[in-house]
Amino acid sequence: MYGVGIIKGLGVTLKHFVDTFVDDIQWFGKKHDVATFQHKQSLANVGLVTVEYPDEKLAVPERFRFVPFLVTYNQDDPQYPGRDWCTSCGICAKVCPPQCIWIVRGNDPTTGRPKPEPEAFYIDIDICMNCGYCAEYCPFDAIKMDHDYELASYDRTSNHIFDKNKLSKEVRYWETIAPTTAAEEMAARGGYDHTDVQKTRKKAGLEASRPGPVSDSPAEAVAAAAPAVAEATPAAVPAAAPAAAPGTTDASGRPTMTPDGKPIVRRRGTAAAAKQEGEGGEPKAAAAPKPRPTPAAAKPAAPAASTAPAAPATPAAPAATTKSAEAEPPAASGGAVQRGPKRVIDPNNPPPVVRRRNPPPNKD
Amino acid sequence: MVYITQTPEQVGAETPQEPQAPDLAKTIADLQTRFGDAVKPDARKGYGGVIVSNDKLVEVATALRDEYGYNYLSSATAVDYLGQGDHMEMVYHAFSVPAGGPGLVFKAQTNRDTPSIPSLTPVFPGADFQEREAYDLYGIQFPGHPDLRRILLWDGFDGHPMRKDWKEAYYEEETKPFDSRWPGGHVFRAEEYNPFGHNVKYPADFTLDDFTTGAAAERDIQSGMSLGVSIEGDPDFPTDRLTINLGPHHPSTHGVFRMLVSLHGETIEDLQPVMGYLHRNHEQIGERNTWFGNMPFTDRLDYISSMGNNLGYALAVEQLLGSQVTVPYRAEVIRVLMTELTRIVNHLWAIGFLLNDLGAFFTPALYAIETREYILDFFEATAGSRMMCNYMRFGGVGKDLPERIHSVANLVNDRFRDMDTMDYLTQLINERLPRMVDQLDQFLTSSEIVISRCEGVGLLPPDMAIAYSAAGPLLRASGVPYDVRKAQPYSIYPELEWDVAVRYNGDIYDRYLIRMDEMRQSLRILKQLLPRLEKTKGESVFGGKSTYSIKAPAGESYGHVENPKGELGFYTVSTGTGNPWRYHVRAPSFINLTPLGEMCKGHKVADVVAILGSIDIVLGETDR
Repeated sequence: MYGVGIIKGLGVTLKHFVDTFVDDIQWFGKKHDVATFQHKQSLANVGLVTVEYPDEKLAVPERFRFVPFLVTYNQDDPQYPGRDWCTSCGICAKVCPPQCIWIVRGNDPTTGRPKPEPEAFYIDIDICMNCGYCAEYCPFDAIKMDHDYELASYDRTSNHIFDKNKLSKEVRYWETIAPTTAAEEMAARGGYDHTDVQKTRKKAGLEASRPGPVSDSPAEAVAAAAPAVAEATPAAVPAAAPAAAPGTTDASGRPTMTPDGKPIVRRRGTAAAAKQEGEGGEPKAAAAPKPRPTPAAAKPAAPAASTAPAAPATPAAPAATTKSAEAEPPAASGGAVQRGPKRVIDPNNPPPVVRRRNPPPNKD
Repeated sequence: MVYITQTPEQVGAETPQEPQAPDLAKTIADLQTRFGDAVKPDARKGYGGVIVSNDKLVEVATALRDEYGYNYLSSATAVDYLGQGDHMEMVYHAFSVPAGGPGLVFKAQTNRDTPSIPSLTPVFPGADFQEREAYDLYGIQFPGHPDLRRILLWDGFDGHPMRKDWKEAYYEEETKPFDSRWPGGHVFRAEEYNPFGHNVKYPADFTLDDFTTGAAAERDIQSGMSLGVSIEGDPDFPTDRLTINLGPHHPSTHGVFRMLVSLHGETIEDLQPVMGYLHRNHEQIGERNTWFGNMPFTDRLDYISSMGNNLGYALAVEQLLGSQVTVPYRAEVIRVLMTELTRIVNHLWAIGFLLNDLGAFFTPALYAIETREYILDFFEATAGSRMMCNYMRFGGVGKDLPERIHSVANLVNDRFRDMDTMDYLTQLINERLPRMVDQLDQFLTSSEIVISRCEGVGLLPPDMAIAYSAAGPLLRASGVPYDVRKAQPYSIYPELEWDVAVRYNGDIYDRYLIRMDEMRQSLRILKQLLPRLEKTKGESVFGGKSTYSIKAPAGESYGHVENPKGELGFYTVSTGTGNPWRYHVRAPSFINLTPLGEMCKGHKVADVVAILGSIDIVLGETDR
């Protein structure tokens, strides 16, 4: 009979329509709970699947790759505060398919010979295609793919070439966003430290790798770390950061390996943050406009303890998130509309030089 | 089960005979005795096939098609051997359809100064667009071609960009990596280095004013329209012939794609696809790039099915590398897993948007997209990106499947998830996807509106489909059971149990149905992969070189896969260096458009959109 097919088809839409309401009633009043979210995003869901961005955001998986960042030692590291992991070997610049990485190899001012440290490091994020080859082929775990995909800015001509200052992030940030991968890499390196540091320590007759950092007092760590990675603070060039001193007392004698040889990954505030989530959302302070998360302000809320081998839940201060919002530099927390950070020209770190090689053809 | 199963008898088609694959060695020997000196085997190291002299080319091609069974010209492309003998070459890959078996490669050579090779379009109409592309990018003349114009570039473009002595506006160096990046690192932005307004060159005899006011090229196209087409006009209701543009900016053209249509009333008299708006000279970028640097660029071809593109390119380069790489078994399983999931992703997308084009605005499309998202979540957790996967490597895959699909919340307002990968896959493949396919089936297949819009519209008979080198669902919906996965098997497809889906009517409705069939076949394959994944857990997934500077031995290779949109081929030539000498993409979306004009003739203007939707193109691949 003509029309049966259409009615059958309409039955499908009707079912979808009813299902979403039935599903909504089931989760009535618990719309923003973690459990609700987990169910809505699982394969069992029949109701609405949409996420209300930006009020809620779908956290990206660990392997997610976006514009790379450079790994440095933590600012509160007792021995190498803020030191670059990059040795300016140039492999990332060579493997980069669209060639968006520029590196100036560092030279020792006294001997004039190359030293394993980049003088400058630029990534043109307009060109970067987020393929992840630089992170994959870096022999020193010094460049990693970021998870922060909110990079929109108001001026593409001045804001989209990231320099070393803007690219550098502490190693604890990497451990926060990718705990499993970071643990695997640490095991492959043979310890917490950078491979070069391990070699030097061995030569000096020390234990190859130091134990990893711990932050029993997150508030202090936050205070020390926040300006280091926040944008547009040229003072945060790693070498010139003696302000990081208060954190040094925290890092001491905790083991990096469990007795059965597994590396320990410590993340801050796991249990507390998860509880917060469970109780329905964020404290107001954490929701204040922030253009980019500092590693400390990052909200490590994943109770994915099963994935991080033998990670003990470190005691967490519930005030961590609030503190971090306060510790934010004033430049970064503006009005309701968050404009891109103003470019501050630092005489020690001049803006990229635009070089024109040939006169453009067809000038007339 | 609602959908209708057809047999060849029911639709009155000929029962297909068990086809016999032609014997490649015997064919070559035969050709040599028959044509003498005109056919020589290609003796260069790493090369195969035969070189045919230009004066006998059409004759040899006709014989191959009619007598030897190589009736399907899959790929035709040019190579510029500047400094390697200083000649140009057309390379043709012919296959036997639907019999399968290895393909025959034949080549024709010409000089670089006045390159000219007889056109094969009269023999294989599928060579039409491909020869136009070779003319456009290499400047080779094809005497005998009915309509030799530029196809991807516009008439105000100076030079032929694929020639080895051509330099782009932002030219820096012949090959990557560029020296300026390290250790000097003087950063610059390409557009300041060669600013807007100064980065375009026009041909010597070209004036921009003349082009815009006189629209010389446009006039040429229009004067050629509607020749040789006669439509019975109504003497009582005379209508003017009207030439209109459909696109390039229109949601139903699936991207920036233009159709120049000549109308008689509402009836199509002639239709010419105009493309190239998204052209970025992908192949030139590929030849500047390193071998493995091309992998992420292949993602951007058919961006709906990047995993399949990755696999095609990996196969082509693995052919060149030969025994230097071995793909571990688990890697093969994961490759098939990914490409079959990609097929489902693509077909869900294609069906959703076909229905959009038919007027069912966005409801079916969003149902399809919602389910597709679950597969993309898995891709994201495994490869790091939803669509630009960059997952395959020469000798395996980038990373093993993750233990758990989980995410760490680190942005403000982030919500996290945590699921076991194998549980997720099992549930996805056994429950969620079959449920969705059944639901779509119930929703659409028997709908009278879909049937009345689709049945008998956009007919493509089987002989025409083969002649026009149509591939994938377009070919199989016309009753030709040809699938590269069966015809020239790769990966672990031979050990899996599945059938080539085939439909016999060759209209839009069958092209819709065949995508449903293919999704069901893909699910059949995926179900067989789950135990294999469990069994090989923890095994290696990479058997290639871990170095970043891969040098491929000199030679040529043609790696092709059955991508969701059709046969995707990569023709590569290596001179033994770290960069490809030639990197060509046989793009199914591009070649499937060759018969579009023929399919649309005589239908109403509203059907054009549906016919285009049923071909399922992606402009990233069409324009390259």
